[in-house]
Amino acid sequence: MQDNNWRILTRPLIDDNPLTLQILGICSALAVTTSLDTALLMSLVVVCVLAVGSAVVSLMRRQIPRSVRIIVQITVIATLVIVVDQLLQAYAFELSKRLSVFVGLIITNCIVLGRAEGYAMHNGVVASTLDGIGNGLGYSLILIMVGAIREFFGKGSLLNLQILVPTSQGGSFEPLQLMLLPPSAFFIIGGIIWLIRRRRPRQVEKPEFSLRDERRISK
Amino acid sequence: MNGMFELLLRSVFLDNLALSFFLGMCTFLAVSKRVDTAFGVGLAMMFVQTVTVPVNNLIYTYLLAPGALAWAGLGDIDLSFLRLIAFIGVIAAMVQVLEMTLEFHVPRLHRAMGIFLPLITVNCAILGGSLFMVERSYGFGESVVFGFGSGLGWALAIVIFAALRERLKYADIPEGLQGLGINFIIAGIMSLGFMAFAGMG
Repeated sequence: MQDNNWRILTRPLIDDNPLTLQILGICSALAVTTSLDTALLMSLVVVCVLAVGSAVVSLMRRQIPRSVRIIVQITVIATLVIVVDQLLQAYAFELSKRLSVFVGLIITNCIVLGRAEGYAMHNGVVASTLDGIGNGLGYSLILIMVGAIREFFGKGSLLNLQILVPTSQGGSFEPLQLMLLPPSAFFIIGGIIWLIRRRRPRQVEKPEFSLRDERRISK
Repeated sequence: MNGMFELLLRSVFLDNLALSFFLGMCTFLAVSKRVDTAFGVGLAMMFVQTVTVPVNNLIYTYLLAPGALAWAGLGDIDLSFLRLIAFIGVIAAMVQVLEMTLEFHVPRLHRAMGIFLPLITVNCAILGGSLFMVERSYGFGESVVFGFGSGLGWALAIVIFAALRERLKYADIPEGLQGLGINFIIAGIMSLGFMAFAGMG
């Protein structure tokens, strides 16, 4: 049992990662990763919403009629997100301004709804909460990696601490403007997917058409 | 009038929802295998966006914004924290209404959009459009233009992306990049292309 719970928690980290394998919740992941602190805050928020959301949906799963389940799930999630949004505006106003609309967009983040619909509706409270936390952490892992790479190469800093001195201040580091622009997020995530699939060949998608082996034909 | 045109161009190209704000990415990556399905989703998206952004604008200005209830004599009530839930409700309802209307009056168009209409309820580009409308405090006219423009931009992006993917089926891609990986990289390159429009302003 202990083993099983541990697996539920750790599986979504690499083996069944929501971003790189399930294609869930990509929208918000890319937009908030220009610096590490927004990525961290977003990760924290998503883990909380996912854990509590999955737990609540799982508690209510026997009472929800099948035909209105999506509406019920969305209402639960939206309520949680509103609470989080208000808390952020109260205690971390500057950061919440920088996250702009993306806190609100957690409602339509497919991870939350996907896990509620796909897992929490059929499983017990403990397992669902762990699944929520696990998926949240899998999402956070990628988010933090992308955020760190983009901030480090784009500004030469991590968490606003200057590590490399840019040329404009007499140092030898030329900030890479591209890293602060949207396209870099796509490239980095593409690279991370490539890396993960090199180590986990099971995740590789089969091509629909493959090249003929020319060498064999020419013989 | 000039300002409106500029806003339209901005929302189609420069502030493209899919490629510079990453909104609606899940749908963008999932249903872009073929150009004709991509066209269907794009059309549905444009439709829904053009309707919901202005409607949400009206709801926000006359019901939810701080002091918006002044016409009912309740000037000091601030309901803006309800906007997330109100917008989602409006979007779900509008999609439902739209689906029924289309099915009844324009069945051919309804068939073209097919199953994509209900899917769009949970597309973050729609909710994102409404939230951007609030954040940038657009008026009613502007929100109509913005809704249409951003929907058009998203449709344009997904159709181009699907066309690229169709060609890519025959390409020899490294094993680990096959599928999702290469899609991300194409989207990145497209996004670079769209950034070039920044010079237009």
